[in-house]
Formats: sequence, structure tokens, C-alpha cells
Amino acid sequence: MNKLLIGIALLSALFSTTVPAKAAVNIFACEPEWGSLATEIGGDAVSVYVASTGRQDPHQIQARPSLIARARTADLVFCTGAELEVGWMPVVLRQAANGKIQPGSPGYLEAASVVSMKEIPQHLDRAEGDVHAAGNPHIQTDPRNFLPVADALAARLAEIDPAHAALYKARHDAFVVKWRAAIKKWETEAAPLKGMPIAVQHKSWVYLLDWLGLKDLVALEPKPGVPPSSGYLAEVLAKVKASPVKMTIRAAYEDDRPSQWLKQNAGVPAVELPFTVGGSDRAKDLFALFDETIDHLVKGVRQ
Amino acid sequence: MKAKKIIGACAFAAALRALSPVPACAVTDEDLSQIRQSIKKLEMQHAEDAKRIKELEQRVKVAEAKAQTSQASANATPVVADTQTTASSAPIPAAVSVSGQSGAPASAGAFNPAIGVVLMGTYAHFSHDPDNAPVPGFALGDEARSLATQGFSLGESEVSLSANIDQALYGQVVLSFPREGGANVEEGFIQTTSLPWGLTVKGGRFFSGIGYLNEQHQHAWDFLDAPLPYRAMLNNQLGDDGVQVRWTAPTETFLQFGAESLRGASFPATPTHDGAGAQSVFVRAGGDVNESNSWLASLAYYHADATDLVTGIDSFTGATHLGIAGLVWKWAPNGNSVQRSLKLQSEFFFRRQDGTFDTLAYRGDQTGFYGQAIYQFMPRWSVGARYDQLSANDVGADFAGTTLDNLGHTPHRYSTVLMYDTSEFGRFRLQYNYDDSALQADQGVMLNYTVSLGAHGAHQY
Repeated sequence: MNKLLIGIALLSALFSTTVPAKAAVNIFACEPEWGSLATEIGGDAVSVYVASTGRQDPHQIQARPSLIARARTADLVFCTGAELEVGWMPVVLRQAANGKIQPGSPGYLEAASVVSMKEIPQHLDRAEGDVHAAGNPHIQTDPRNFLPVADALAARLAEIDPAHAALYKARHDAFVVKWRAAIKKWETEAAPLKGMPIAVQHKSWVYLLDWLGLKDLVALEPKPGVPPSSGYLAEVLAKVKASPVKMTIRAAYEDDRPSQWLKQNAGVPAVELPFTVGGSDRAKDLFALFDETIDHLVKGVRQ
Repeated sequence: MKAKKIIGACAFAAALRALSPVPACAVTDEDLSQIRQSIKKLEMQHAEDAKRIKELEQRVKVAEAKAQTSQASANATPVVADTQTTASSAPIPAAVSVSGQSGAPASAGAFNPAIGVVLMGTYAHFSHDPDNAPVPGFALGDEARSLATQGFSLGESEVSLSANIDQALYGQVVLSFPREGGANVEEGFIQTTSLPWGLTVKGGRFFSGIGYLNEQHQHAWDFLDAPLPYRAMLNNQLGDDGVQVRWTAPTETFLQFGAESLRGASFPATPTHDGAGAQSVFVRAGGDVNESNSWLASLAYYHADATDLVTGIDSFTGATHLGIAGLVWKWAPNGNSVQRSLKLQSEFFFRRQDGTFDTLAYRGDQTGFYGQAIYQFMPRWSVGARYDQLSANDVGADFAGTTLDNLGHTPHRYSTVLMYDTSEFGRFRLQYNYDDSALQADQGVMLNYTVSLGAHGAHQY
């Protein structure tokens, strides 16, 4: 046994020389939108690793070895929460065995904890499909939600890394001013969308719809996360014929077949939205994300 | 409404300011989220109250209707109806204010551990007797001598309870219920969550980390049965009592070292006088090649001492050395496994046993491996294929006719599986085995459901 321990100690000494150069704060962002926000607030004082991409379903990420390795050296885990990452983050956190980022410690921040959540279910039953007890977790589709999250992040960064507290505050204040102005601009551009009836492929747009005053009359999934059967699609078709919708919106990572089917059978334009940063070539940061989202919606209505 | 409540909370805090030196409304994140949470709770209660009011209103209506009909038919005095309606409407505001007061701490139940139940049911048919399935050249443990239960059976159904114990510890217990009755503690361990330097210590009963499949629970395996090397060399799966220490290196490529000291209560070990009959070490590395491809490789060594280890009618005394090398490769387009994905997995086993078999001096070298591929061709549907094989060295004329006589046979098997997932929580599987591990080839068909109720632990890679 002793020999083994010595061997492990030697090997660890060998590998500890390959530790990557340390930025002030290593941030492990579960989703790209939080990675972008962390870069906005943290600037050069932080080094951001994003665990998933805009082309991946955030519900279905796997606890890959690379994620465990990155969580091992993280100073701050920055996730959506509200059980969006329940299928993989618990394993990553336990395997990484990094005391700094366990839930409840300063190095663990859930965006959903500071946002007022929608669609909190009255009762929980998995027969209702993929429902989340804390409410719909796709909070990043409403830009207004980034304001409280930015506040929380700036405060948390200042707590973890007091040496750069002034920098975080300055960058946060600058972001908030820019972001508020951008929201005004988007709201003006999207004004014609108000009250417009649309269809959604998955119930992941409730915050966007609420922000822009769009009405989702029908979802192409019978229940969240349950793919539509042909019988259900026939029902959808009947509904759409009775009360027409302007378009079907879906996230970049979703299968395009249900919305294309509705386009062919009812002439409803199918609009792909980036859903998050990296969900399209143009959506490289948070500002571009909403620029493109509003663009596509406005164009979709004109089709 | 919300704003009012926050202001209310601040006003309350301001009232406290006189008594405490702490600035009352320096709202921290925690405060804010707590306030928001209590608002949420209030709103939910409010919704419940609204529901209750509706019910009460309904009752009022019913009562009114009744009163009216009774008035009409029996010409009763209107006073009765009046008191009825006022009596049913009066308690409403009271009910609202009572439950409205309690921004109440959640009940004690909120701290209950997460409870998960896994149910597995199988229908199996084998062309030969599955309870008499020797593997020439290998002395098998008790679990490995039988393939499965012929016909219908409730397989490995289990209940798991898990929770963070406190800021430093996590605990989990998994109970399984065998056919013979009673309950087994399949796993029961505590694990540290916040030791420094990337160290984790786990203690109790757990599945050893020596093999990729070994660490997973059986219900998480893609195939319904253990590959031949697991069956022959680990009695299907190695779980034991002991301590495990793991260290994860602070590198960008995943690198983890582990060591275990085990009681030796499980095949192929027997508990020794000092209660530490087996040890193991392992190392794992893994990473992403690009967005679509990721991998995990592992190397392990396990050592066990046995005194009179009973394998059927035989017994073995001596040392077992086992080495396992494994590789898992996963692919999904853009790393999005919703539509399509591929998982390739293989493990190679080498075992040397040194000691006495019954009364004869024995030294055996055995190898085994399996390779499998699982391809998800559309959401919820997957197919898989597996090949596994064993080989035992020729142990000489002294052992002719014993279980260790390989009879010139190379035990091997072909398997295929078709899987359909009703959701993340329900799965149906149809598996076919062409099993040439015994001397007579056996064909087996298994139809199975595996479902999980309640808390559903996150999946390992």
C-alpha cells in the first residue's frame, strides 16, 4: 500500500508541473450565455470555460471527462440552475471534488436563483413530460433577466476576488448602461410583433414571448421533451387552420422536421432562432444574440 | 405586488435596525434570493388560496341553489338560506390571512434524502438450462454460474437514498431486493465533497473503480448481462467494503488516480484476519478531441488474497492479480446526442492466480475482453452489438476434468440489443445472445423494462 501511495505522490508531482497558467478567476459556465456575461463583467480578470455550445441541447449534456477536469480547477461555477443541468452537473461537481464550487459556497452561482421564474408547476408529475419544479429554466430568452443576473455575478466576483472588485463594478455598470439601451432598441424594433400569434416547437420561449408580447397558441410537442406523434401533429394542423399563426419558432439545436412539416402542410414559416450565444454564426455575443433573434422574428412575420 | 412585498421586508428590517448594529437593508444576493423565494412561496400559496376560494364559491353556489330549490318546493324561511351563504363566505378572508402570514420555513420533509427507485422486469428464454452454464477453464463465483432466470422475473430492482450530509460529506445507500427475500445493501457509503487539492475519500460499501462497467449500476448498462470477463473474473461485478481515495489532477486533460483498500468480502477475495483482503489502484484519463468526439481511458490493477474461496465444489487458496485496461469513445454530431450518437467501449482483462486449487498447486493465466458499440439512430431508438471472449491457459494433466480444464475451447459470445426509451426515465430492451461460452452453444432472448421513479441520479460518462 505504501509503495502505491508513494507512486501516486510521484505521479502527482510530475503532473502538477503542467498546471495551466492561472488567470485571476477561473469561471466554469454551464451554458454559453453565462460564459458571455462572465466575459462582459470579468474582462481580462477572468478566464472563462463554457461547458456546452449553442448547438447542444442543454438538458442532454454528458458529464464528460473534460468537464470534470475543468471543474476541478474552477473558482466559480456559473449555471442556469432550476434543474436544467440536473442530468450532468451533480456528477461533474462530485467527481471534480473541488470544495470551492460546491452548491452553497461562494463559488457556485445559479442564474435562476435571482430571476423571477415562470411556469412553476402547481403539481409535479412526470406524466407531464420534462417539467422543472423551480419553473421554466430557459430564462436567457428575455434580455431583461440578464440585469439581476449581472448584479449577482458582479457581487459574487467581487467576493471571490476582492482585488479586482472595482474593475468588476466598473465593467458591470458599463454593461448595464449598454444593455438597457440595447433592450430599448430591441423593444422598438419588435414593437410590431406585439400580440402576434405564433407556434413554438418546444416550450422554451416563455420568457421571450412574455417580453415581446407574442402569444404562443400551440406547441409542436404534446408535452415538454416529448416528440410529437403523427396524431398529435394532425391536431396541431387542425388548430392552426382554425386560428392561424404567423410562424413556428425553434432553437438551433432542435430537430427542424416538426416545424418544416407545419410549413409544408399549413404554410407557416419556420424560423430558427439562435436560442443562445453560438446558436448561429452571427450570435457571437449577447448583443448579437438578441440582434439576430429580433431580426429573424421581424423577418419571419413579413414572410 | 412583488415590489410591495420587498418594501415590506425592508421596512421590517428597518424596524429591526434600531436593535441591531447591522445595516438592515444591505440586501445581499442570498437575502434577495430568499426574499424572492418567499415571494414565490407566497404566490404559490396565493394560487392555492384562489383555488380554495373558487371551491368555496362553488359550494356557496351549490348551497344557494339548494336553498332556492328548497324555498321553492317547501317554502322555507329565507333566513336559513342567508345564514348558510354568509356562513360559507365568512371564513374565506380568515383563511387567506392565516396562510398568508406564514412565509413559513418548509416542513421537515424538505431535508429528506433524494429517493430513487429502479424497477427492472425481464422475460428471458434460453435454449439450454441457464442455471447450469459452466465456462471451461474458469472456476466461477456463485452469481456467475447462472445466466439469468428463465421466464418472467423481477430483476435487479433497487431503492436508492442520497443526500449531502453536511457541507463536507455526501451519503448514498442503494438497497436491492433479491428473489429469495430480504434486502441487500448493494452500496452504502459516505464521500467527501470539499477536501483540498482535488482529493476525494469514499468509505463504506461501493462498487470498485477498477472497471468502466464495474462502477455503474447494472440498470445503467447497455446490455442486460455482464460481459464474459466480468462474469468469469469478477462474479459479474465487484462490490466490497472499504475505503477509496481519488485524486484528480489540476490539468486540462482529465487525469485521475485512485487507490482502494478493501475488506475482501467479495469474489475473488476472502476476508483475511486483518480485514483487508484486497487492494486496487487505477488511473483514468479523458478529454475531448473536438466538439463531436470525447474519450475516457483507464488502467487498473487489483490484488486479492483468498483462503478457501469456494467456487462450486472446488476451493482456491492463494493470490489473484487482475489487470484491466479500458477505452470508451463517444461521438455525437456537434456533441448534441439528442438525434444521433455512437458509443464504442472495450475492456481487456488479464488475470493471474497463484496458489492451491483444491489440493493441487495451481498457477493460471487467463485473459478476456469485450468490445461493444451502441448506435442511437434516431431520438429514443438505439441498436447495439457486442462480442466477448475468454481464454484460459492449459493447466496440465493434473487438472484434467476439473473446472479449470479449458477442454480446448475458447468461450465466446455474440450479442445484439434493440432499445426504445419512452423518456429519460423508461426503457425497453430486446436482447439476443448467441452464447458459445459453454461447450454447447446457447441461444438466449431477453425482453426487459427498466424504469426509474422519483429522484433520478445524474448519469456518469
